[in-house]
Amino acid sequence: MARTEPQITPDLVAEHGLKPDEYQRILKLIGREPTFTELGIFSAMWNEHCSYKSSRLHLRKLPTKAPWVIQGPGENAGVIDIGDGLACVFKMESHNHPSFIEPYQGAGTGVGGILRDVFTMGARPIACLNLLRFGAPDHPKTRHLVSGVVAGIGGYGNSFGVPTVGGSVNFHTRYDGNILVNAMAVGIAKADSIFYAKATGVGRPIVYLGSKTGRDGIHGATMASASFEANAEEKRPTVQVGDPFSEKLLLEACLEIMAKGCVIAIQDMGAAGLTSSAVEMGAKGNLGIELDLDSVPCREEGMSAYEMMLSESQERMLMVLDPAKEAEAEAVFRKWGLDFAIVGKTTDTLRFVVKHQGEIKADLPIMELGDEAPLYDRPHVKTPAKPVIATGDVKPPMNHAAALVQLIGSPDLCSKRWVWEQYDHLILGNTVQQPGGDAAVVRIGDGPVGLAMCTDVTQRYCEADPVQGGRQAVAEAWRNITAVGALPLALTDNLNFGNPEKPEYMGQFVGCLEGIGDAARALDFPIVSGNVSLYNETQGRGILPTPSIGGVGKIDDVSKAASLSFKAAGEEILLIGETQGWLGQSMYLWQICGREEGAPPPVDLTAERRNGDFVRGLIHAGHVTAVHDLSDGGLAVALAEMAMAGKIGATLSVSGDHGFLFGEDQARYVVTATSAKAGEIESAARAAGVPVTRIGKTGGDTLNLAGEAPISIAELVHAHEDWLPVYMSSSK
Amino acid sequence: MNAAVLLFPGLNRETDAMRALQQATGKKPNLVWHADHDLPAGTDLVLVPGGFSYGDYLRCGAIAGRANIMDAVRKHAERGGLVIGICNGFQILCESGLLPGVLMRNRDLRFICKMQNLKVERADTSFTQSYQQGQIIKVCIAHGEGNYVCDDETLKRLEGEGRVAFRYCDDKGVVGGLANPNGSRNDIAGIYSDKLNVLGMMPHPENLIDPLIGGIDGRGLFDSMAQFKSAA
Repeated sequence: MARTEPQITPDLVAEHGLKPDEYQRILKLIGREPTFTELGIFSAMWNEHCSYKSSRLHLRKLPTKAPWVIQGPGENAGVIDIGDGLACVFKMESHNHPSFIEPYQGAGTGVGGILRDVFTMGARPIACLNLLRFGAPDHPKTRHLVSGVVAGIGGYGNSFGVPTVGGSVNFHTRYDGNILVNAMAVGIAKADSIFYAKATGVGRPIVYLGSKTGRDGIHGATMASASFEANAEEKRPTVQVGDPFSEKLLLEACLEIMAKGCVIAIQDMGAAGLTSSAVEMGAKGNLGIELDLDSVPCREEGMSAYEMMLSESQERMLMVLDPAKEAEAEAVFRKWGLDFAIVGKTTDTLRFVVKHQGEIKADLPIMELGDEAPLYDRPHVKTPAKPVIATGDVKPPMNHAAALVQLIGSPDLCSKRWVWEQYDHLILGNTVQQPGGDAAVVRIGDGPVGLAMCTDVTQRYCEADPVQGGRQAVAEAWRNITAVGALPLALTDNLNFGNPEKPEYMGQFVGCLEGIGDAARALDFPIVSGNVSLYNETQGRGILPTPSIGGVGKIDDVSKAASLSFKAAGEEILLIGETQGWLGQSMYLWQICGREEGAPPPVDLTAERRNGDFVRGLIHAGHVTAVHDLSDGGLAVALAEMAMAGKIGATLSVSGDHGFLFGEDQARYVVTATSAKAGEIESAARAAGVPVTRIGKTGGDTLNLAGEAPISIAELVHAHEDWLPVYMSSSK
Repeated sequence: MNAAVLLFPGLNRETDAMRALQQATGKKPNLVWHADHDLPAGTDLVLVPGGFSYGDYLRCGAIAGRANIMDAVRKHAERGGLVIGICNGFQILCESGLLPGVLMRNRDLRFICKMQNLKVERADTSFTQSYQQGQIIKVCIAHGEGNYVCDDETLKRLEGEGRVAFRYCDDKGVVGGLANPNGSRNDIAGIYSDKLNVLGMMPHPENLIDPLIGGIDGRGLFDSMAQFKSAA
């Protein structure tokens, strides 16, 4: 039963998120007024989320190549060679707006989407991570959002059956109306059997796989490409509903038909659903695509072509099949109880043709849908430099011991156990280092090789100085992977920023990207996949610029991985790297002094690499017993974390001011070693030009900062572990 | 010892269980599809692994408990064969009538994954003979619905007949209180059938079989089962 389709009016065009000049571009491209379905297709393809129209120009400047990179950005996920005939496939992606509107489903489908990106390429997922940013703890919505997002991530990942092994959770008032939910998935495939989206061959069947199409998520990608106004909740119907059970079946069925050689090209239906996946497969293969929507499995009756083309129902895939293997592939999907329908074919016309109930609903040039998407060089202004804050200009409001206890129990530095205990982090039996360390370590199969992985960004640094902040985010991920003894190989970025049409926010984006590029080049840590999320603002106020970095590294023998806990009493504690006592933008300045001020610590990439390579060498040689990187909260917080993890105290022999204890100078690590080894480490460091200082010894059940009253480990643990559960269980 | 591992759609710890069985028996277990009607000939042990069968969208284990293969499992148990259900597998055994009681939402209404100490209540069964009675073992839990509930009469029988297999305890062996992670009655982590040949347990011994990955306290269970040989 055909319904009358609406007239194309300027209002309707605007509702589709298309600017008047973008609509003119469409008219020029096709030489006529688009049909309603075609308008929907353009809005899906040309929104910010799918077209990268504001960011493409700048993303091109990032380093994406290395001898071990098999596939860089542009596919469903990045792929790197990890030796032994294996490849690591990984990516991070945001689900910010849906998670704010409906936290459980929004976060869950974020996990589902990123898992699909990874197994679409033929990889079996072995780990998930995430990076979460919430509003101020005292904001009335924060508790509800934390609770829903964490349950949603767990609900999806736990049921799917992949361990969630790491992440990062921070709070800041600038996320009050626009939280960040960035999910990362890591998988393993055979290096010689990676699957791509590029269709080949004319007249080959296009197969629809997975769950049925419903009316959910229509215009999800358009919603994700707009700023929030006060009525964000009204957009709840654009949020998709996740079904991890179907996704688990889809994983098993897809891997099974891939192993049987049935698949020529495959693409998951993510943002903009059937539209985006079909166009991408055709355009990449220089082929046309013809779809017959009468064959699309639908959840409800009477769905229009427009609705089917724009639905973002989850757990669906599109595939170009080897015609000779059709029966074999179908049998696999029937066994798993999943839909399998031939919905179209590849053509040599280079047109994207959509038929429904005997009518042609869309007939568009397929290459131009992607290639001719608008590309903007948005005006951008540089963030003004902030003054460097001298330690002497920061008056300590309390003694250092009290400051440490307060810091270790602050929202950003407290234990996130309440969060990660809701994630199954042990399934598959390969989690060598679980959440709570510098980087997670996951063994591959029966070992001994493993992967180290982490997610990082320090958004207050990015806000104060986007270039240094971008550098620091990459450097910290590199450092975290190094601190467990792994060699950092590649990263995925998830670039969360405000409205790119505002020059100051566009300037943050451009600056952070410059910094990310600098660091990635200097550290041989290329970007292999990523996602851009712009328009993260509510009622005109942007989030802190948050370019999340997901890093992956390789460790040849997981039994040699280092961890941060103190291992024994009487060992030497050594500080590696140079300490000036940088308090600008530090956690101390913010949480203890109530000041969010100053320039962030500069990142010396040469020192970063030299010190990191040195520490990794110490780990490989077995010279060190514990390793921890220094970041938020500086030396004192790092020592407290090491003491709590090992239930062993420490005494500092070197006295220092608050800059020494809490400064956040970069490129630093704390290591422990036996007295015998400490001397060896010092001479090796001198030879390598790496600054190293003996600062104290492990032992006892208190942490003794020189000149301060001892702090019992029990008191630290109490402050560290209690904040989040107490916060989450209080009613207001 | 020939082991069969059941596979229902949505289960996800089957590879973990197969790895532990293979380590203990030296043999790869058979994977048996839920729609089959028969177990492979010569099966001594049936293991129902953890996960989310049918998404747990109905009551946990309710759909799987009524699958074709469960008739064969019931017959296997009646003949004295060993059956073990772990996590979702425990829920499935309860739903299929092989074990009494039911697993409810955790006390705090949240999924919980963490290391957990258990007290081995008796070491004279086919599942626990490699442990000592009263031994404290450290394994892990990962469940949202592990809160064991049954009526008073059943609880009295389970306790009276020595059918509690494991209880939640702290690292010193003190049972209950905060060491009970989910609110289970009498801190029950696992129970036996009346003939002691069926065991259901919420914790995951199959994930604690490797010194690098949390420890090896789970091995005892698999080593015990590996020694079993059916009379038939």
